[in-house]
Amino acid sequence: MAEFRLPKNSKYKKGKTWAAEEGATNIKRFNIYRWNEDDGENPRIDTYEIDLDKCGPMVLDALIKIKNEIDPTLTFRRSCREGVCGSCAMNIGGKNTLACTIDIASYKGDVNIFPLPHMDVVKDLVPDLTNFYAQYASIKPWMQTQTPTPSGTERLQSQEDREKLDGLYECVLCACCSTSCPSYWWNSDKYLGPAVLLQAYRWLVDSRDENTGERLDNLEDPFRLYRCHTIMNCTNTCPKGLNPAKAIGEIKKMMVERQG
Amino acid sequence: MSLRSPLGKVRGLGSAKNGTHNWWMQKVTAVALIPLTIWFVSSVVQMTQAGYEVVINWMNSPVVAILLLLFVVTSMYHLKLGLQVIIEDYIHSEGSKVMLQMLVTFGCVVVGTAAVFSILKIAL
Repeated sequence: MAEFRLPKNSKYKKGKTWAAEEGATNIKRFNIYRWNEDDGENPRIDTYEIDLDKCGPMVLDALIKIKNEIDPTLTFRRSCREGVCGSCAMNIGGKNTLACTIDIASYKGDVNIFPLPHMDVVKDLVPDLTNFYAQYASIKPWMQTQTPTPSGTERLQSQEDREKLDGLYECVLCACCSTSCPSYWWNSDKYLGPAVLLQAYRWLVDSRDENTGERLDNLEDPFRLYRCHTIMNCTNTCPKGLNPAKAIGEIKKMMVERQG
Repeated sequence: MSLRSPLGKVRGLGSAKNGTHNWWMQKVTAVALIPLTIWFVSSVVQMTQAGYEVVINWMNSPVVAILLLLFVVTSMYHLKLGLQVIIEDYIHSEGSKVMLQMLVTFGCVVVGTAAVFSILKIAL
């Protein structure tokens, strides 16, 4: 049976509150999920009071401020701080998004921060993405051809064909969409999930790729592809404004098309 | 514990190379059921006050009987596909999965056959 409740050792409790410094007037409270494997404790929610007058505008700015100035044990992934690396994906205010591109001001009241849903947690806000990356590798995300590499020239692509990759190539594999998908929650061992299927479609529509049929063969499976029930949480949550649900729909159309 | 690589786990038993037929048939039966269901529900609603004789007379018409047969068979097919998907989604132990899939198939076939038999018995 799919698990609908948190296991006992995953239920979280209230943790520590770190009060704002004296004299702060523009205070925002950040409630952040904390867990580490070493202390054997259940997860807890720590509350950090931040003076927004001394903090950058984005949620990631607040996280970095907490780590630098208040609590260095807080653990999260971040790198580019401009929405192109996908490292700081987390669940903020109940929605998966990138901490670096979301305004603190867009949240009324407290900001609640959890790791991406329904993933194993490595520590605090760091989910285990091993399976997600293996699924990405399984779709062979590189160009596959039968024609030998042309000598002295590139494999050419018309402008119209290049435009088919718009809305696909921008995906940064942050996993916000896949971890917002109930089908992925229940069956992530077999269902590839929206992010990986969008990437698969990116290679299916690339006019230079010559293994479209083999790629479709690899996806044609009741679980790998057809666990998608068009719930569309993926499209709703994508911090890059992409449409994985549409990409999956296009793959299903290709499957029907090749039936004749 | 398994020391199998993450990619090995994901590749698993490989692609089943099917699923398209079921997905497509679910769409086809869904489209077919739009007019059939509207017709069936509106017909039944119109006869809520009518007696047994009126309903039997209605079902004696060949057009009605054929539409009823189509409605029942399409519904059962659609129901079977829908329940199959729900079981695949939520039931993860192989044993109960196989058992439930069989039950659903038998159930839909039995209900469908009984309905078809009843319609034919009245109409013929």
